[in-house]
Order: sequence, then structure tokens, then C-alpha cells
Amino acid sequence: MTVTEHLDREWQRFTPLKRLSRFAFYLFAVAALVISVRTIDVIPEFLYDAPEQMADLFRRMWPLDPNYIKPTITSLIETLHIATVGTVIAIVLAVPVGLLAARNVTPSLPLNLFAKFVFVTSRSINSLVWALLFVAVFGPGPLAGTIAIAFRSIGFTGKLFAEALEEANQGSIEALTAAGASKFSILLLGYWPQVRPAFWSIALFRWDINIRESAVLGLVGAGGIGVALETALNLLYWDQVAVVLLAIFVVVILAEIIVTQVRAKVL
Amino acid sequence: MSDVANQNADRPKPFAVNWGARLGWCLLALYLVYACAQLGFSPARFSAGLEHGQRFLERMFPPNFTRWQLIASGIAESLQIAVIATFAGILVSLPIGLMASRNLMPGWISWPARGFIALCRSFHPIIVAILFVKAIGFGALAGVMALIVASIGFISKLFAEAIEEISAKQVEAVRATGAGFLSVLIMGVQPQVLPRFIGFATYQLDSNLRNSTMVGIVGGGGIGASLFTAYQRFDFDVVLAILIVIVSLIMLAEILSGWARKVFQ
Repeated sequence: MTVTEHLDREWQRFTPLKRLSRFAFYLFAVAALVISVRTIDVIPEFLYDAPEQMADLFRRMWPLDPNYIKPTITSLIETLHIATVGTVIAIVLAVPVGLLAARNVTPSLPLNLFAKFVFVTSRSINSLVWALLFVAVFGPGPLAGTIAIAFRSIGFTGKLFAEALEEANQGSIEALTAAGASKFSILLLGYWPQVRPAFWSIALFRWDINIRESAVLGLVGAGGIGVALETALNLLYWDQVAVVLLAIFVVVILAEIIVTQVRAKVL
Repeated sequence: MSDVANQNADRPKPFAVNWGARLGWCLLALYLVYACAQLGFSPARFSAGLEHGQRFLERMFPPNFTRWQLIASGIAESLQIAVIATFAGILVSLPIGLMASRNLMPGWISWPARGFIALCRSFHPIIVAILFVKAIGFGALAGVMALIVASIGFISKLFAEAIEEISAKQVEAVRATGAGFLSVLIMGVQPQVLPRFIGFATYQLDSNLRNSTMVGIVGGGGIGASLFTAYQRFDFDVVLAILIVIVSLIMLAEILSGWARKVFQ
């Protein structure tokens, strides 16, 4: 092969298979978009007065209703309790399942797969649907909301906890095993110190998400600030709706600031 | 001999008791008791609930697929909502994420952009959907708009972080050739962030799919409306059928997006 032949060869960054699958991805994405846009059912008549409706909405929201501040704060505190207790229950349930899911802690494929299945089910069902189901079981109120938040969070916390366990360094585990430590001691003294930062980070992250999620559970009767929102919405008191929305906004921002600060300290 | 003993005494205990941590756990336990009392939890209520739960489960089985046409059309609408919202959300997120990246943009652009992203993130899609249902009426469009807002909040933030983490060397190299801002973006930034960006986009598609099955509860179109109607009519066997369809759809979407992420890595 001469030098010119070398230069004439066309160089490509990806293998043909890679290029083909990239092309397939783009084709699939565009096809999905085109089909969706062409078949979606939109009522254009509703759109004509959308700007007026928007303006009307904001006009009705202002000024805020000061009388609604007190009930809002009461239900806001209930929401915080739901989110926190729900997160704690979720972690208590997720840790054993996470231990089952981690391949280095539980070397048994059927148990690993079972734990993965639990995670997927927990995450695929939206928290509102979990809330609907538990309202049917426990009746309306914060109990249903708390259990719904817990069940919804198992998948997220458990999956990340299992991943943290699998990344743990085996050195200290082997040292403990060689010293004749029991299974429980290995977990507590070998794994726990290694996964502790990840554990707290996961718990805080989920708590932050749960505050957002628990704010809407009341729409289906599962307690918290959503109940105040639902009442105001049904009565079309938009000035009260605005109070509730403002309260949610403030709490969510505060929670995010707290989580960022604590994470920076813990990690 | 006594020297060795002294040395051992000076050394910190390997498995020392951490009193601060124990105090923290105690406080957490106290809080839990207090919160449970505040929320009105009681063992009696819990056990009554278990009884209800049993009856509830009995009514759910076997799942009732006889009204599959209704389920199919609802699922189709949910899919449409999710796909359109993801695409539109990505389109809007690209410039916003770029504007929010502190390494490429001056502060007076990046801080307003970050504020906007925080605003989009702070409300649950369902609440945004309620507002859009009021503004543009019942139907799929309200759901699409709500999920676009949610997508902006998620993708722009991650996209801005991805841009902030890129290596400045390639950007400088492209800039040194005299390239304009757009060329720097396409040649210096885009190749570095594309794989991660495809990852975010597919995650958002999953997330939008989950939420698109829900916005129907507040009138935003999709399978959620059928689910909520079935629930209110106590047709729990239909509820279970819809849930099975939703869960399998989401699992399928997760497999597909996992494949897409692998292709672009």
C-alpha cells in the first residue's frame, strides 16, 4: 500500500453497525414525533382565548387571600410530616431489599432479580396512583399519603443503595471475613462505613423529591397541602390557590437549599 | 511490656461509639413518634386498613380487559403527549441550558436562566397541568404544555451542568482557528456533551411517560382520565388492567431508552 492510497482511504469515527443503529434511533425518534403530532387530538377552538384565560387567571389570583394563609400553613406542616415519615418508612423497607439486590452481598440470582422487580414496580407506578390505591385501603387522610410516598420511594432509594453497595471496596470486607466476623458485623462494620455518605445523600435527595410529590397527593384525598389546593380549586377561589402555590414554592426552594447545604457538609 | 499497653491505650478505639450519631438516631425516633401522632396514625386504623386492603385486592382480581379499546386509545394519547412534550421540551431546553451554563455565558444571562429553571422545577407537573387546563381547556394539549414545563426544569439543569463540565481545551482550540460562536458550539461543545445529552433526553422520555399517564386525573388527557373514572366507579378490576398496561409500557420504554443510551456512548 502506497502513501497516497493511505490518504485516499476514508476514515470514519464509528463502525458501520454503530452508524446504522444511530440512524435507526434518529429515524425512530422522528417517526414517533411525526405520528404523534399528526394524530394527537387538540381542540383548536380552546386555543383562541388562551391568552385571555391566562390573563383572567392571574387577575383572579391577585391579591392573595390573607385568610387562607393559616389553613395553608397547617396543611403545609402535614405535608412535611408526610414527606419525612414517608421517606423514613421507604428507607426502612428499601435497605433489606437493597441488600437482596446487591450482587456482592447476596450472591443469588433469583433473589437479585426479585429485588429488581420490586424496584421497577415501585418506580413505574406514579405516586398519585399509589395514593389512589392506599386511599381505597386506608380511607382518605395522611396515612394513605404517607404509605403511598413510602411505596413510591422504595424503588429509587433501594436501587441507588444497591448500586452503592456493589461499588464498595472488597478489601475491608475480606479482612473482616478473615477475622471471622459474622454476617451482621460485616454489614455493619465493613459495608456501612463505606456506603454511609451515599446513603445520606440518597435519603436527602429523595426527601427533597418527596416534598414536591406529597404536595399533590391531596388532590386524590391523601392529605397534606394538596387538600387545601383541591378545596380552593373546586370553589374557584383562585386567590386562595395562589396562596397555596406560593407556599409550595417557598417550601420547595427552602428544601432544595437545605439539601444542597447538608450534602456539601456530609459528602 | 507496659509500654505496649500504654501505646494501646493512646490509640483511638477502632470501633468507637459515636455518641453524636446515637443522639441523632434518638431524635429521629422521637420525631417519628411525634409526627405519627400528629398525622393521626394508630394501630387500629392500620389493621382496619389491612382488612379493607384484602377486600380491595379481591375486587381487583382478575384484571378486566374487556374495555381494551378504551385503554388502547388512552395509552396512545399518553404516548403522544409524552413524545411531543419530550421533543418540544428538548428544543426549548437547548438554548436555556446553554444560557444557564456559567462557563460560556456571562452572569447577567446565566442567573436569570437559572432562576427560570428553578421556577419550572419547583412545581409538580400535576399542578402545572391544573393551571394549563384552566388556561387552554381540557384535553391533551394541557398535558403536553405541563410536561414541557417539567422537561425544561429537568433537562436544562442537567444540560447546563454537562456544559459546565466540558474540557475547555477543545473549545479554545476551535476558537483559536478563528471560529465564530456558533462554530465553537457545534465543533467544540456539541461532540463533548452529545452522549450525556441523549442520556438525559431518554430519561426525560421515561419520566414524561410516567407523568403523561397521570395528567389525565386533572383533565390533561391520556390514560389517567380513564384510570380515574374507573377508580371513581369502583371498577377496581379495570384499574388493575390499566395499571398492568402502564407498568409494562414503562418497562418497555426503559429497555428502549437503555438501548439508545448504549448506542450513543
